[in-house]
Amino acid sequence: MALSEAEVRHVARLARLALTDEEVAALAPQLTDILGYAEQVGEVAADEVEPTVHPFALANVVRPDERRASLPRQDVLAAAPAVEQDRFAVPRIVAEEG
Amino acid sequence: MTALTQLDAGTLVARLTAGEVSAREVVDAHLARIAEIDGVVADGPVWAAAPADELGAEHTHAFLAVTAEAARAHADDIDIRRAAGEPLGPLAGVPLALKDVLTLRGVPTTCGSRILEGWVPPYDATVSQHLRRADVVVLGKTNMDEVAMGSSTENSAYGPSRNPWDLDRVPGGSSGGSATAVAGLLAPLAIGTDTGGSIRQPAALTGLVGAKPTYGTVSRYGLVAFASSLDQAGPFARTVEDAARLQAVIQAHDPRDSTSVPDPVPDLTAHLRDGVQGLRIGVVTELQGEGYEPGVAAAFAAALERFERLGATVVEVSLPHAPYGLPAYYLVAPSEASSNLARFDGVRYGLRVDAPTAEQMNAATRAAGFGPEVKRRIMIGTHALSSGYFDAYYLQASKVRTLIAEDFRAAFRSADVLVSPTSPAVAFGLGTKTADPLAMYLNDVATVPASLAGIPALSLPAGLAPAPDDSDTALPVGLQIMAPLLRDDLMFRVAWAFEQDLGFVPRPTGPRAVEVGR
Repeated sequence: MALSEAEVRHVARLARLALTDEEVAALAPQLTDILGYAEQVGEVAADEVEPTVHPFALANVVRPDERRASLPRQDVLAAAPAVEQDRFAVPRIVAEEG
Repeated sequence: MTALTQLDAGTLVARLTAGEVSAREVVDAHLARIAEIDGVVADGPVWAAAPADELGAEHTHAFLAVTAEAARAHADDIDIRRAAGEPLGPLAGVPLALKDVLTLRGVPTTCGSRILEGWVPPYDATVSQHLRRADVVVLGKTNMDEVAMGSSTENSAYGPSRNPWDLDRVPGGSSGGSATAVAGLLAPLAIGTDTGGSIRQPAALTGLVGAKPTYGTVSRYGLVAFASSLDQAGPFARTVEDAARLQAVIQAHDPRDSTSVPDPVPDLTAHLRDGVQGLRIGVVTELQGEGYEPGVAAAFAAALERFERLGATVVEVSLPHAPYGLPAYYLVAPSEASSNLARFDGVRYGLRVDAPTAEQMNAATRAAGFGPEVKRRIMIGTHALSSGYFDAYYLQASKVRTLIAEDFRAAFRSADVLVSPTSPAVAFGLGTKTADPLAMYLNDVATVPASLAGIPALSLPAGLAPAPDDSDTALPVGLQIMAPLLRDDLMFRVAWAFEQDLGFVPRPTGPRAVEVGR
């Protein structure tokens, strides 16, 4: 199945990637090629097969519900691009009413 | 006298224990060699000192950051504790190169990407803690394909590493910097990570031993995630025994990794020298033939004869779904990557490109921080997981994984271990495969089936083959050995017997090889 440039732009939006027009033009045929190759998995009759996500049959792993020390706040915030009032600072997410 | 940089880890441990050499002398010898041939000009991150386009074609560029000061201090500490008669770890004083995908507290981790440039992790990966406990001396962080996506290290945002066997060729990838460090005698040991072949293929292309342990036996805590159901850290070394000893050091259940396997791991060295007499070596029908270079095929055929001479029985086995391994891998891995890499959003760490809204900031940051291959795989994965495609892509690929795992279980009923060439090609020239992403992916054809099944697999040298494009240059060929889940011990045992009989010395030769002494 060929991917159109419009579809590439849609997927880029979902992936939060601001692609240039040149990147979109290059990616459309590349993704079509790669997905066309990957689509070979559809040739396998696997309706009754359970999917594998881990080679061992591990059940959910939970730890005891006990308080533990976390990383010091200042160590974590030291790596952040922008900090305000001991928190990660980001651009406005919710638009002001107007 | 043999230079300290030419010694394997086992020999170094013996000489350190005997007091014939100090840890400081060993570390200084390796730091001097790094300064000589790797292109590093100062302590600290090389990317801060030399932009990628200024790195010379005469340098190996294995390291992204060299932690010389910390390494010397660590070595001095080991020497003091040894002199005081204190108990030391099993690899005390042996230098190691750590792939820049694993965190080491206080040392920048880039993952070969601009998106993490300047990030200083506030914690150690579990693997790093195990190394410290073993008294291994970390020399620095090694170059890699960005976020571990690639088979040549050309996708690094900081320039490619160069193969010590021929500086105009790639060392493989994604753990190409780790392979280059060990093959170039910059370190006797290195840690890499393997998602679809990223330890085994570079080991094959640089004449080393490289192992992907059973999935879940080495903690992924502190390993920057690419494809969580596949990623596994493992050893690079110049001998099978060194690789087994390093893997033993990093293998342990870890409550901080929910995919960590609680089962006990067999002792990797107790039966190392038991030989292959009476073992059944399974040749996988689907992992040979068309697509493998003639030199690779010839070395593989010779390897099978060698196993028979050593008293093993060579049997043909089939993995009927193996041809679907690569297509399944290129759905599973990018899908998981698209989810994992969502964390790089310009908020908590790494790069941020400012923009008026949060979504624009996220998208601009990721556009500036990720290179072309990472963007490509995020796009494949996002598409494969998007509404209407999940069942046909990720789910179907995960079912194919089950069938491949069942194929392996069936094959291991008629063979003790399975073998194949590690890579269809010997080391190729820089820039020769970058134009066609799909052609680059085919490097993984023989390594991904074991990854999808989670079984242990390693590559070790099977000899040399002429480069297809240059008959004057002989390059290493890798032999892959695959074993059942948690039978990493058997994998190393078979590898050791083969290595001893072959007598391969991993010393680069050829007109464009790095100087390695006698």
